[in-house]
Amino acid sequence: MNRKRSTYPAVAAVLVAAGLATDIGVHSLVPAAGASQPEDKEVRRKKRREQEFKPVELSPNQVADLQKLINDRQLTPDDLVAAAKTYLPSGRKDDYLVFASGGHSGQVFVIGVPSMRLLRTIAVFTPEPWQGYGYGTGEEVLKAGDFGDKELRWGDTHHPGLSETGGEYDGEFLFIGDKANARLAVIDLRDFETKQIVRNPLIISDHGCAFVTPNTDYVFEGGQYAVPLGVGYANIEEYKEKYRGMVTAWKFDRAKGRIDVGQSFGLELPPYWQDLFDSGKVASDGFVFGNSINTELAVGKTGEKEANFEASTTTRDMDYLHIINWKKAEEVFKAGKATKIEGFPVITLQTAVSEGILFFAPEPKSPHGVDVTPDGKFIVVAGKLDPHVTVYSIDKIKQAIAQKKISTSDPYGVPVLEFDAVKEAQVELGLGPLHTQFDDKGFAYTSLFLDSAVARWSLGGDYASKHGVQPWKLMSKTSVQYNVGHIVSAEGDTVSPDGMYLIAMNKWSIDRFFQTGPLLPQNFQLMDITPAADRPLPVIYDSPIGVGEPHYAQMIKADKLKPWAVYPKVGWNPHTGMIDPNSTKAGEEKVVRNGNKVDVYMTVVRSHFTPEHLEVREGDEVTLHLTNLETTPDATHGFCIGGYNINLSLEPSEYCKVSFTADKAGTFPYYCTEFCSALHLEMVGYFRVAPATKSAAAEPASK
Amino acid sequence: MQGILQSILGPRVPAQELESHRGRYVVPNLILSLARVLLLVSIFFPYWHMELQAPQYPDGLYLTAHVNYLSGDVDEIDGLNHYIGMRKLEDAASLERATAVWMILAMTLLMEGAAAVHSPWALVLVLPAVLFPAGFIADLQFWLASHGHNLDPKAPLSSSVKPFVPPALGTGVIGQFKTIATLGSGWWLSLGGSVLTLVALIFHRRAYKPLRDSARQEVATCAA
Repeated sequence: MNRKRSTYPAVAAVLVAAGLATDIGVHSLVPAAGASQPEDKEVRRKKRREQEFKPVELSPNQVADLQKLINDRQLTPDDLVAAAKTYLPSGRKDDYLVFASGGHSGQVFVIGVPSMRLLRTIAVFTPEPWQGYGYGTGEEVLKAGDFGDKELRWGDTHHPGLSETGGEYDGEFLFIGDKANARLAVIDLRDFETKQIVRNPLIISDHGCAFVTPNTDYVFEGGQYAVPLGVGYANIEEYKEKYRGMVTAWKFDRAKGRIDVGQSFGLELPPYWQDLFDSGKVASDGFVFGNSINTELAVGKTGEKEANFEASTTTRDMDYLHIINWKKAEEVFKAGKATKIEGFPVITLQTAVSEGILFFAPEPKSPHGVDVTPDGKFIVVAGKLDPHVTVYSIDKIKQAIAQKKISTSDPYGVPVLEFDAVKEAQVELGLGPLHTQFDDKGFAYTSLFLDSAVARWSLGGDYASKHGVQPWKLMSKTSVQYNVGHIVSAEGDTVSPDGMYLIAMNKWSIDRFFQTGPLLPQNFQLMDITPAADRPLPVIYDSPIGVGEPHYAQMIKADKLKPWAVYPKVGWNPHTGMIDPNSTKAGEEKVVRNGNKVDVYMTVVRSHFTPEHLEVREGDEVTLHLTNLETTPDATHGFCIGGYNINLSLEPSEYCKVSFTADKAGTFPYYCTEFCSALHLEMVGYFRVAPATKSAAAEPASK
Repeated sequence: MQGILQSILGPRVPAQELESHRGRYVVPNLILSLARVLLLVSIFFPYWHMELQAPQYPDGLYLTAHVNYLSGDVDEIDGLNHYIGMRKLEDAASLERATAVWMILAMTLLMEGAAAVHSPWALVLVLPAVLFPAGFIADLQFWLASHGHNLDPKAPLSSSVKPFVPPALGTGVIGQFKTIATLGSGWWLSLGGSVLTLVALIFHRRAYKPLRDSARQEVATCAA
């Protein structure tokens, strides 16, 4: 009896355990209730792959096959290694993502590394029909970037800037500047959609944009071609007096995911054509650095005898590195010492000088990139017309400021620090140094435009113990094809670069790809930068970019991003970040007429629109509220009305609104533009616009 | 009347007998209590799972049934089912799901009652709990058959899909989908409750049958 009593609870425990075990077994496969978690699935897939992978040993037959293949295709063993380093089998994901400027396309390209596959474009400054951007949605975002009543529908996107926390990419937001119109856009990396465009009211062209501070408190936008601040008219004779450069600190409100224009401010600069900028970090946190290319104050070929810009902007041996204490500038702005230009607060040059915000340091003439080392201790200025990179020390800069080691001041009264007091080193790299990136081993990489090469060189300071070679020295040069502009290494402008990969963003491709007429693609060349200091760095992939003219890019570890697979709730408005009050549930679809205003509350799901018939009168103001009821990843629907220039991208659970005037009478089928299901072609409805001439009695009731 | 009640309730245990053989009378109650706990706890665990596999769903679709609600990819499965004209999943067993928690509570109360009934009537009181796991599967099978056989003839794919019954357990195939149905931990808990209840009844019989027999003997003796 006693023995038995102890047995039965044990039996029960076994039953319970068995039950739980079967359940846990199933549960580990079941995604969490609600929004599916792609990253969890990703981790599971990776684990499963690792478990299932067995080390490969090629059989003699396989070796023979491979050898034949290589010879048939005339490949080298290096080619084979390059292919093995970059090829991704179906379903395998890239380790890194590159967010590349899309140049004139006004877009951002998302490219996987090492495969170099184009994953997506993100419409930013330019309407893009696939995403419905500018063809029904995103109109308000685009409009906010207009120049008064002048519609701006393209952008010359230059420098993407990923949001940072503690100097590391955090994968939450992406900023990108438009050089042509001095605009800045904010992209939310949960849904890869442009949320905001702000236009700088002070100037009309920028270059040093977008560069974030280590915690993304501010996004910096440095201007390029000087104009009178506020973009007013001034004769070129008055260049020195009336034209100005500027840098703007755009305040970022991370909680809202938007630039807070009311908390942003500009800083007036001499009309030196400021070029690239970079934010200080760690040792140099609180500073922002910028280059300039026209301290000559050249005004170009104004008459027969004057030299054109390319000659007249390059006569002085030195231009000025701009050293800006933005934390001090912020204090000054908050103390109300800014003046308003076009309603935008600007710290004047005079205030900047008197408050000790702005200092210059001489830099070899007409440099291009300015890049801060990962520890923030050094500022690397690439010579462009000078074969060196000039390295400045933040410690020396601070010391020179404190000890007033000022050689002179410029015509605008800005103190110029003594070159020798702030210079740490000059490293001769080759012809046309433009941009610098960093790796995890204490090496820097600089693009050499004229040499069409990427130089690897050793950093000094604390980095000397890391790489163990002579500091401030050229290690190697790797030829790239051709005319390299920016380069990007894995997290190569953060406080902790990953090394691994570097992409040379080549402006010319000449003979690398099929001759696509006279207009050729750019060439993104992937390099493996893991070899030791004395080894060459192999180019392992050529990727043609057949759009725009991409400038800069940033490369982030893919697992830092936490994108949505579907919007969090059905009826989600991506621009408000919540369920839209006008979103519609299944069964609650309706058409509401109010005078000549017609609101349609429509649902969209495989494979039908509800309602399927819309009848309005010519001249009606129609607003369509569309809710995609889908909650399944990739179950995107499109919605177009032929003849009305409307196309929407309704991503799973997304709410979209499109407003237009029914100004063309006729019969217009609307249909789904994303092949969604076997009955996709049947996913259609009729939008009928009755002519206005019809008598009131015969007017159709909307249904 | 009192006689009937007494015959249902069975004999009370004399204080002296309880004192000397406490274990004999406590064990069935203990086991029955454990069974009740299992049944109650099962409410919080899934009773049934169905996984649907198809090429365009590399991660599969999942449907999970608790006694009182459905979860998982219900909307997506409904969305797919509309092509073949199947009714919505929520329309299945709605009464059962609405009342399940109360039914289980009632069952556990009946089991509590059974502990106080020292006659074979105790079996009647625990019968719902004993049959519950089997009943769940029977009901599930009924609804699967009901849904599979009542397809809307106006549905887009009505001509290409004949009425069918997805298996309540094990694998089946419908269109490009493979279905894999398994029982969940909640069901196994309820089965544990059911088995333990039967075990408790054995001990119950061992404890009270001698009492009943001796009582009957006493009556017989008195009558004689």
